[in-house]
Amino acid sequence: MSKLKKNEDEHYVAPFSAEVSFDELQDAPPSGKFRLSITGKIGVVVMVFWMFVALFGQFLAPFEENDLPFPDDYSEFQKPRPGAWLGTDVDDRDILSRVMYGAGRTIGISLAGVIIAYIIGVTLGIGSSIAGARIDLALTQFFNIMLAIPTIMFGLVVVAALGSSIPVLIITAGAIFSPVVFRLSRALGMEIMVMDFVEAAKVRGEGYRWIIFKEIWPNAAMPLISDFGLRFIYVILFVSSLSFLGLGVQPPMADWGSMVRENLGALQYGESVVPILAPAIAIASLTVGINLIVDDISAHAGGKLSGRL
Amino acid sequence: MFPILIKKIGAGLLTTLGVSIVIFIGTNLLPGDAAQIRLGQASTEDSLKALREELGLNLPLYQQYFRWLFNFVQGDFGTSLASGNVTIAQLISDRYENTLIVSSLTAMIGVPISVGLGIIAAMFPGTLYDRILTLGSVTLVAAPEFFTATLMVLFVVFFLGIGNAVVVGSIEDKNLVELITHFILPITTLCLVIAAQLIRMTRAAVLNVMSSPYIEMAILKGIPRRRVVMRHALLNAIGPIVNVIAINLAYVVTGVIVIEVYFGYSGLATLIVQGVQTRDYILIQTLGMIFCATYVILMLIADLSSILSNPRLRHPK
Repeated sequence: MSKLKKNEDEHYVAPFSAEVSFDELQDAPPSGKFRLSITGKIGVVVMVFWMFVALFGQFLAPFEENDLPFPDDYSEFQKPRPGAWLGTDVDDRDILSRVMYGAGRTIGISLAGVIIAYIIGVTLGIGSSIAGARIDLALTQFFNIMLAIPTIMFGLVVVAALGSSIPVLIITAGAIFSPVVFRLSRALGMEIMVMDFVEAAKVRGEGYRWIIFKEIWPNAAMPLISDFGLRFIYVILFVSSLSFLGLGVQPPMADWGSMVRENLGALQYGESVVPILAPAIAIASLTVGINLIVDDISAHAGGKLSGRL
Repeated sequence: MFPILIKKIGAGLLTTLGVSIVIFIGTNLLPGDAAQIRLGQASTEDSLKALREELGLNLPLYQQYFRWLFNFVQGDFGTSLASGNVTIAQLISDRYENTLIVSSLTAMIGVPISVGLGIIAAMFPGTLYDRILTLGSVTLVAAPEFFTATLMVLFVVFFLGIGNAVVVGSIEDKNLVELITHFILPITTLCLVIAAQLIRMTRAAVLNVMSSPYIEMAILKGIPRRRVVMRHALLNAIGPIVNVIAINLAYVVTGVIVIEVYFGYSGLATLIVQGVQTRDYILIQTLGMIFCATYVILMLIADLSSILSNPRLRHPK
């Protein structure tokens, strides 16, 4: 910017003046303030709410997750009433408390999983775009095979082999979802690093820090952030589905997916549907909320880059 | 043209081989081998050794793999570890019908409706109808299958008062209509699950064609918008739409697992879950291969359809 000003003072006709927006320039990083639509704002509210519950839910919950708080009228699937705002589940436990305990577990496992997927995917993806052709080909082929296995099938085989525990779930989710991150970051690495403005920055003699954070990051941020959101959704769905099949988080620990499984009987015997609906709505509202935000971001990023991926 | 087809099919075969290696190694990580599991407590050193030799477990791992692959291709899947001396083929032939019926009925009903809705949305982009459809599919696409299933149960069983939340009864001697009513809940749920993606992607595929110059020409000539879409855009969008359909049918292969458990009827998906719970790794290997192969084949169809329909992809630079 300072260089531009100086040019103007000298009445130098620059290829672009300060009035011309960057949007009109080829390969310019996206500029302009990013604004959320109404649906996007709803998404943010829902997501912040669940993050809060995930962090503090177990301290605010009225009961412990495996308490039997209503010994006087012991019966499964009680209807919601004051004291037990969402009723009780198949073992007479308070559903509200279990949903609040489950939030931390479901969201925590998924977030850890998606972060691991990103660490593996981005490291190998960027590495692969820099490394020689042979390593690149080997890695790409390997991850293509990984992509050809349906995620839930992969999860089933791993759980069968190693048994189900929270660390296994996190690492499995990370491994399963890393191939897509690998493809994305490899493409980003290959596309952006050879762009004119990066070359120009190199020729200008900028340091690596500047090139990464001021040249590459503004271009890579939007696709990466929206992909992170999408991946987060898929990991939540994956972890919950495994738990729903009885192969994820193990009872008596509360987790949204396994809560649906435990209380399936309520539906079959025509009891209250709240025990199933509450955790199912919890998952759906969180994933749909994130998807609304992602939709906004990708509509904003739009552009050529996201189209190619 | 043919070289690239053969190349793609070859790549599909190689992928399946790679997948089979991953599944074989994955299931071999299980503690205990087939001989130990089968003999259980009664095992002695000698009997273990004898059975291992009989099953070929004393061979090096790569030989075991080729042996397994060779038998698999010939349709000899081996014997279940958990359910006595039943062969895997027997287990599968008892259970495959439900899975096949539900997935094919889903494809037959869900695909035409969703594609139709997607095309209509592309005909009138930006209208209220289009926006409602888009918002609806953004919502449904991110929701887990069991959420959609619960909504369907609430609507059909509790609100309309039809049927049962669980699929019960046998399917013998039923005609098509009876089959559909028998599996009404799983089918509608799966239809909704794939509809979300299909509508979005069909709409995008048609809109993509709509932005090309020859369509602009047609619009400028004064042809009505409906005719532009049906006669000019749609024919060129068929390739991408078939691609989208194949991708979404591949998704049914995984979605059906949760659905079968939710509605409590037995099929291949419940069989593999049962295999994981009983650690019957021969069963997992076989079913895993069947599911993955189906998935790879559908993805291959998706790939081929987009190549066949697009001359530019037929002759890559």
